[in-house]
Amino acid sequence: MDILYLLIPLSALMVLLLIGVFGWALHRGQFDDLEHEGARILQNDASLTSAVATPFDAGQAAAAAAPEQSPQRKGPMPQPTPTPTGSSIHP
Amino acid sequence: MSTSTALDGLGRAPAEAPGVASVAGTQAGSAVYTDTAVRLFALAAIVWGVVGMLVGVIIAAQLAWPELNLGIPWLSYGRLRPLHTNAVIFAFGGCTLFATSYHVVQRTGQTPLFMPKLALFTFIGWQIVILAAAISLPMGFTQGKEYAELEWPIDLLIAVVWVSYAVVFFGTIGIRKVRHIYVANWFFGSFILAVAMLHIVNSAAVPFSMMKSYSAYAGVQDAMIQWWYGHNAVGFFLTAGFLGIMYYYIPKQAERPVYSYRLSIVHFWALIFTYMWAGPHHLHYTALPDWAQSIGMVFSLVLLAPSWGGMINGIMTLSGAWHKLRDDPILKFLIVALSFYGMSTFEGPMMSIKTVNALSHYTDWTVGHVHSGALGWVGLISMGALYHLIPRMYGKTQMHSVKAIEMHFWIATVGIVLYIAAMWIAGVMQGLMWRAVNPDGTLVYSFVEGVKATYPYYVVRLAGGALYLGGMCVMAWNVWMTVRGSKPVDAPVPAVRPALQA
Repeated sequence: MDILYLLIPLSALMVLLLIGVFGWALHRGQFDDLEHEGARILQNDASLTSAVATPFDAGQAAAAAAPEQSPQRKGPMPQPTPTPTGSSIHP
Repeated sequence: MSTSTALDGLGRAPAEAPGVASVAGTQAGSAVYTDTAVRLFALAAIVWGVVGMLVGVIIAAQLAWPELNLGIPWLSYGRLRPLHTNAVIFAFGGCTLFATSYHVVQRTGQTPLFMPKLALFTFIGWQIVILAAAISLPMGFTQGKEYAELEWPIDLLIAVVWVSYAVVFFGTIGIRKVRHIYVANWFFGSFILAVAMLHIVNSAAVPFSMMKSYSAYAGVQDAMIQWWYGHNAVGFFLTAGFLGIMYYYIPKQAERPVYSYRLSIVHFWALIFTYMWAGPHHLHYTALPDWAQSIGMVFSLVLLAPSWGGMINGIMTLSGAWHKLRDDPILKFLIVALSFYGMSTFEGPMMSIKTVNALSHYTDWTVGHVHSGALGWVGLISMGALYHLIPRMYGKTQMHSVKAIEMHFWIATVGIVLYIAAMWIAGVMQGLMWRAVNPDGTLVYSFVEGVKATYPYYVVRLAGGALYLGGMCVMAWNVWMTVRGSKPVDAPVPAVRPALQA
């Protein structure tokens, strides 16, 4: 079974690589906000026609997550131009 | 919108006007998504789906009535069978994966594709690979490795296309505007990397002439490499890639976030850490050392946990909104696909247990198992995702006929049930007949008696496969009616809130 001398190091290499990637993801905060991220993909299309003014705050998930999110969300908006729905943008 | 136009009046007014296209060019996230490759791959998937399934129906008929090869070598079972598997896995499944991964990586990263011309090259290159397979396999050119039959010049082209695919995909991840990488991209990314490694290692060969080569490995070493490749092709091509589809298109179609995003992350890491060593279960009771077989069995059993975690996570996405399943045929496709995923990921570990495998191996039970995964999981999830994707690529929200989707769903489901039930019965029957021994130690049945007893089940299987092909033809008509006369519509890339930016 000489082939194992190829397959086992290859698998070990893969596992080391995966641990590395996992560590990178963990370190870069990829897994910090797992509650909110699942819902974000649903908000992109909804904002298609009003993408500029209300990029993300329209979704229910954002509203649900608002309490712990609000400090982060106070950041400058991409486009502060007021719109008819402008008042609802700012938390 | 009109009030904002009045308020602004600084030349930015048109940006707020309803015409979305005019938004582009003035805003931070201003570009449009580059969906040409997505469209081409999605339409190619439909075409290759019909072709691949048609070849499958032909060889199913040949098993029931062998004269149907008409005495022409090009049409013999041994040559058409790899054509069928390559066409449905790599042409239909592959084009679906290209289309959906290019779509998902752009939408979740809110950025156009990295190197869109290279993405178009992957389309052209992949179609050349498929055409080369469609010509060389019936001519009898083969490396003799299951799911890796194509000869070395084609293998080289596959490697080039695949590396280009990786450059486009990971490049797009690299230029994403959103910091978080959505879970579907992790599945797509692992599928692309793993398939690159598997293909390059397993296809290593010494060329002898233009269309003949010899494997770099020999004997049982070659068998081990082949099934390390073969099972991980199932694990990463037919599972991880399509789970990426599942984690994006089910939430999108259900308009609800995935049941537990946390569980989806655990699902991903658990799956990829455990998959690599399940392959030896294809070599039970062979020259492969016994301990290697046992490792394969244990890893296969362990895989049940992440697989079912993912399945439950996907299905529970509809928790509290089950009524959507009643009205929406696309959701039916996606959720029933997951049910088949659960069934075949339970059946697979069971069949990898050596005592069960002693009965099931080399029988049609294996064929039934593969098709419950292929028709049920891979096929239905692809069709559901394409039904969601294709109209949106042409500025529509729905397919031409929702009734036809519903009809397709029921035809396909009945086809799958007929197919796998026939193969289960046939397989267990074959296994029992082959092992039946008289008191004096002689076999009770000759092999041909088993073949004769299988005949009615082959006919039922053919009926199931024909129904499944019929459903695919309904889909092709529906896609044609949806796309006909409509122009591709490029969607604008929405701006990203600073808090979420990469």
